[in-house]
Amino acid sequence: MAEKDEAKEKRKIKAVARMKEIMTAYYIEAKTAEQTGKKVAWITSGGPVEPLIAMDVIPVYPENHGAMVGASKMGVDLCQKAEAMGYSSDLCSYARADIACAPISGGPIGGLPRPDMLVCCNNICGTVLKWYEVQARFFNVPLFILDTPFCHTEFTPESRRYVQEQVNEYIAFLEKVCGKKFDYDRIKEVGRLSAEGQRLWQAVLDTAMNRPAPLSAFDAFFHLALIVTLRGTQQTVDYYKMLLAEMQERVAQGIGAVADEKYRLLWDNLPVWYRTKWLSEKFASQGACLVADTYTSAWCGALRYVDVNDFLGTMAECHTRIYLNIGVDEMARQVIEMAKKYDVDGIVMHSNRSCKPYSFGQYDIQRIVREKLGIPTLMIEADMVDERSFSESQIETRIDAFIEVLKGRQGSSA
Amino acid sequence: MRQIDECYQVLADPYGYAERLKKESRRKIVGTFCSYAPEEFIIAAGAHPFRIFGTGEKARLAESHLQSYCCSLVRGALEDALAGRLAFLDGVVFPHTCDTIQRLSDIWRLNVGGCFHLDVVLPVRLDTDNARQYLTDVLKRFRRELEAKLGAVIGDDDLRRAIGLTNRIRGALTRIAALAGDRPGILKGADLSALARSAMIMERSRAAMLLEEVLAQLEAQPGAQPGPARKRVILAGGVCNQPEVYALIEEGGGAVAADDLCTGSRSYEGLIDETGDPLAAIGRRYAERVVCPAKHRGLAERAENLVRMARAKQAQGVIFLLLKFCDPHAFDYPHLREALEKAGIPSMVVEVEDRLPADGQLRTRFEAFIEMI
Repeated sequence: MAEKDEAKEKRKIKAVARMKEIMTAYYIEAKTAEQTGKKVAWITSGGPVEPLIAMDVIPVYPENHGAMVGASKMGVDLCQKAEAMGYSSDLCSYARADIACAPISGGPIGGLPRPDMLVCCNNICGTVLKWYEVQARFFNVPLFILDTPFCHTEFTPESRRYVQEQVNEYIAFLEKVCGKKFDYDRIKEVGRLSAEGQRLWQAVLDTAMNRPAPLSAFDAFFHLALIVTLRGTQQTVDYYKMLLAEMQERVAQGIGAVADEKYRLLWDNLPVWYRTKWLSEKFASQGACLVADTYTSAWCGALRYVDVNDFLGTMAECHTRIYLNIGVDEMARQVIEMAKKYDVDGIVMHSNRSCKPYSFGQYDIQRIVREKLGIPTLMIEADMVDERSFSESQIETRIDAFIEVLKGRQGSSA
Repeated sequence: MRQIDECYQVLADPYGYAERLKKESRRKIVGTFCSYAPEEFIIAAGAHPFRIFGTGEKARLAESHLQSYCCSLVRGALEDALAGRLAFLDGVVFPHTCDTIQRLSDIWRLNVGGCFHLDVVLPVRLDTDNARQYLTDVLKRFRRELEAKLGAVIGDDDLRRAIGLTNRIRGALTRIAALAGDRPGILKGADLSALARSAMIMERSRAAMLLEEVLAQLEAQPGAQPGPARKRVILAGGVCNQPEVYALIEEGGGAVAADDLCTGSRSYEGLIDETGDPLAAIGRRYAERVVCPAKHRGLAERAENLVRMARAKQAQGVIFLLLKFCDPHAFDYPHLREALEKAGIPSMVVEVEDRLPADGQLRTRFEAFIEMI
């Protein structure tokens, strides 16, 4: 028994403590911005945060807040409050939870700090536009919309010009709200740190190519927070350097995220925040490790378009061509690429009621993956924050059946 | 009225109508979604724009592509396409609106063969010069792409003629709707809806002629018989493809004084400027017309418009008709309701799918609301 605990202790990622420290300090700073005189901007997860960092504005992420609401199992209560306000129960649960938090300072951290401005980039969905409109009316603060036309089959020259011009409009917006000139030298440094952070984050995720994988998607869901919220800071670069070193050490020592890695799986869509532990243990108990996912890698997918010597000049392309703003066939192509890269035995897809652009098209991706790779896929019907859409017994049965299929395949190929 | 009967016939079998039109006129049929589809280009290219609503057949094939939380409009259209009921289409045009239509475009492109596929990735925001410039750029691209797909040249004069035609339809519908609102009893709500929807399906010069005839007849009528005073309501929401709704409201003692619907005023209000560059003029109408909630032009405009409409039409209440799983409309509803409350205008909301529930629940709710206002 003592030995077992020791092995379990060894598998724990040490950097977790540092991440908790950083995030706590970050939220304290954000919550006390009124006293320090710093401005606060609420921004979408796919939005351009670097200009905010360059302007000393504290970025706050309602989506990260939504994830915290989910993880602390406060989703149902807050979603119901939003429904009482007139919002349909079919709407995004991040949006419902956040909208309900605002007037009552509810949720796990007593509400987000009051924004001085809102920055909404619709590269992840049309929902954020509606959500930010609601909050812009509620807080009566200026709203900037970065409109990134959807790339069904291509990123057009028309779109490039339109978005690039909006980058200039964004800077003018920040200058106006902050009452100071934009620092074009500072953004170069921030841009360099952002790209460096993204490269390190990709390197961390890449360590999961090893067998056993030193980290799982469930770990990535947690360690993702910094690349989303504090991209473009030295702190983030330092943190991911530390995390990468730890992962490399684990690889050297053969420490896996899962005790006895038998099956390697790819996760698709947002996490089921209120059940990450349950799902993680459920898969781990059968020797299945979710070695990669399409969600956390989205924050380094734009690396291929970044030019650190012209950060602002490549910002349009980086934000328009992200994973969710592309056609289903291109998404399927990327899923297949990842499946090969991480050498997975199967794919687990979360059909997420809250996220239509991420979920509609999953059935086609599932079919394309089956045809091209011949590996099994599992579809889990749930929601990222609203637990009412989670049927434990049904999902457990489906996971068990899926593992049986994997077992059968491994048996026959052995 | 004979003309209205003809519209109902078209709506009873829109696909049969399109097949006959194709055979008889030898014109190409181009399917469209949403009131932001720039159909003037299709007309100018000599083809026929055909608005796809879906026939409401039970979705079986579409279930392999779309989850249960997809709206019935998109599900129904995909079902018809996969079942081959839209085989008459030569092409299909997807304007960018909501997340669901966006993914429908992808799924359609990957699974429905036999016709060309064009995305018109319009801007979401319409409140800046830059966005309006992009809108013009997108229309230019669409014109080029459509020319290539249809093997046609779309000249400025062709475009002007097409604008002239669609403006006749818009103008007639706007005036018919105003008459119907001002003289209750002159035209049933369902008839007005049928006129508007059939004009999205029918050969456009035929539609323009029928509408102008209907308008002339209505204008000649000396005003309706003074019947029992009806409560005036505004019908607001997305697509209303359920004409029974109008009858239920009328049977409950109400009358639809005006609407803010995708299949109503939002589709026909606002003419395209017939002077100057036609492409830029088409873009200007999209930039200036009352917005769909999937587009952004300020934070208060939709609410202000609705309150203004309710007051101008002396409406006593607003009925929101929301399609289940239609996110943009569902997000705006609490704000719109609040703006109406502040203006002292009561409202009610019903959530529907393509087929209304048959249990009479809607009738009771409408009756109760109309009695209360």
